[in-house]
Amino acid sequence: MSVMVLLGSIELGIIYAIMALGVFVSFRTLNMPDLSVDGSFVLGAAVSAVMSLNGHPFLGLGIAFIAGCGAGSITALLHTKLKIQPLLAGILTMLALYSLNLKVMSGRANIPLINKATVFKPFEGIILGGYDYSKLLFSLAVLTLLLLLLFLFLKTRLGFVLRATGDNDQMVRALGVNTDLVILVGLALSNGLVAVAGALIAQSQSFVDVGMGIGMVVIGLASVIIGEVVFGVSSLLRRLIAVILGSILYRLIIAFALEIGMPPTDLKLVSAVIVALAMSMPILKKRFL
Amino acid sequence: MLRVESLSKTFGKGSTNEKLALNEVNLSLQEGEFVTIIGGNGAGKSTLLNCISGVYEIDEGRIILDSKDVTSDPEYKRSRNIGRVFQDPLKGTAHDMTIEENLAIAFAKGKSVGLQSGVTKKDTTLFKERLELLDLGLENRIKQKVGLLSGGQRQALTLLMATIIKPRLLLLDEHTAALDPTIARKVLSLTRKLVSEEKLCTLMITHNMKASLEYGTRTIMMHGGKIMMDLQGEERKDMTVDRLIEQFEKRSGAELDNDRMLLG
Repeated sequence: MSVMVLLGSIELGIIYAIMALGVFVSFRTLNMPDLSVDGSFVLGAAVSAVMSLNGHPFLGLGIAFIAGCGAGSITALLHTKLKIQPLLAGILTMLALYSLNLKVMSGRANIPLINKATVFKPFEGIILGGYDYSKLLFSLAVLTLLLLLLFLFLKTRLGFVLRATGDNDQMVRALGVNTDLVILVGLALSNGLVAVAGALIAQSQSFVDVGMGIGMVVIGLASVIIGEVVFGVSSLLRRLIAVILGSILYRLIIAFALEIGMPPTDLKLVSAVIVALAMSMPILKKRFL
Repeated sequence: MLRVESLSKTFGKGSTNEKLALNEVNLSLQEGEFVTIIGGNGAGKSTLLNCISGVYEIDEGRIILDSKDVTSDPEYKRSRNIGRVFQDPLKGTAHDMTIEENLAIAFAKGKSVGLQSGVTKKDTTLFKERLELLDLGLENRIKQKVGLLSGGQRQALTLLMATIIKPRLLLLDEHTAALDPTIARKVLSLTRKLVSEEKLCTLMITHNMKASLEYGTRTIMMHGGKIMMDLQGEERKDMTVDRLIEQFEKRSGAELDNDRMLLG
């Protein structure tokens, strides 16, 4: 694998790690597999692209986060207020977002951002050995900031309650907290992070496509699970860092698979297999080890 | 303190499995009363507690706590004045969080839940003091995950969590039934200690006839969704397990066939 490919994979892994942190919040802390991710990822990308077209790429990241929070809130309300199963609530939001994302993109299926202002533009030119590190470094800065904020948040009283709700919602209600509200906050935060990742991907590849979100939730899950299996879960901070490393490792696996000749069209198949393998790890271990 | 007025609850209404779980139950608790509840399977004991705490919506009747009608309040709102310990030791704590974090959530009851620090140094000192009361050595394991504790330890911790903010009403649903006898006795004596020290108004379901007379200040017996017997004062003092069984069979017209209840 060439250094270029390696660095490119790490760069992608860093951006997708933000999404993986979002998936971690819903899947692990709330214990809810939330499929709205596929839609909120594109929502973030679309919002960010439109903001870039209008010359406000940085503001676009913030608006993408808020839009993602909105999408997550819808899923939460469908689940808590209308008693729709979490899985189906996520699917409904994802489906609705497909149309909504097209509306954000003024009915176009894709938007190119070539020669438009992006968040990476101001940092361009940090070149070393022929590789432009601007995207990698800026993304790493955003990721570090979000990791820190998420960690601190999970250590607050609200964060405690959020973690406890996924663990044992009955206990949380017995201790006087409205779990419906907690789920709302959790899913909003989760999809907000996912949307920021979508926005950064749009900025990074200077392109948004309405179909770019397909399978994102699976990639997020893969990162979470690979991270946990390989890097451990002993403390909260370690878990969060494991998720990030899991995302990078996932990208490296994919890059390696492409390197040895896998057609890019098989990517989703490979992602699905990786997640299926990772999730069945406990059973496989018991049976064959 | 607590008033339950003609409370009725039917499960599976209109289906073939329709079951009248509570049939116009009336119950009134005075300040500081410690009531034990006994009765066979399906007598409605747990349903009564779950209706009071708001887990189940009720069909008819009213629930008044501290002269406030809470009948339409959701579970989490009522919980601010009610402490609960469940039969299943897994239900009262979050297993993937530390002892300290669990206590912190319990200690935040009734306070605003926002971006304050989840647990402060001052909290930790207080938690350690409270944990020492349990005499289980948990004060030295405060940073350990609750999942590592035994059922009895978890139940003792849940009891502490339910009372760390003094509740107006404490509901104990066979909270020692799933524990081995030694630790069950320990949790029961701890219950007695906490309840008498804090003068907590308490409803405790037990399957143990002897314990129902030994603990508390009043004993009620349920059968078929109704309160069959209400023992207090002198009458309760003179009561024995044998006579309790005899009374029960006479009043309910049913044989007491629950081995678990008799053996206890």
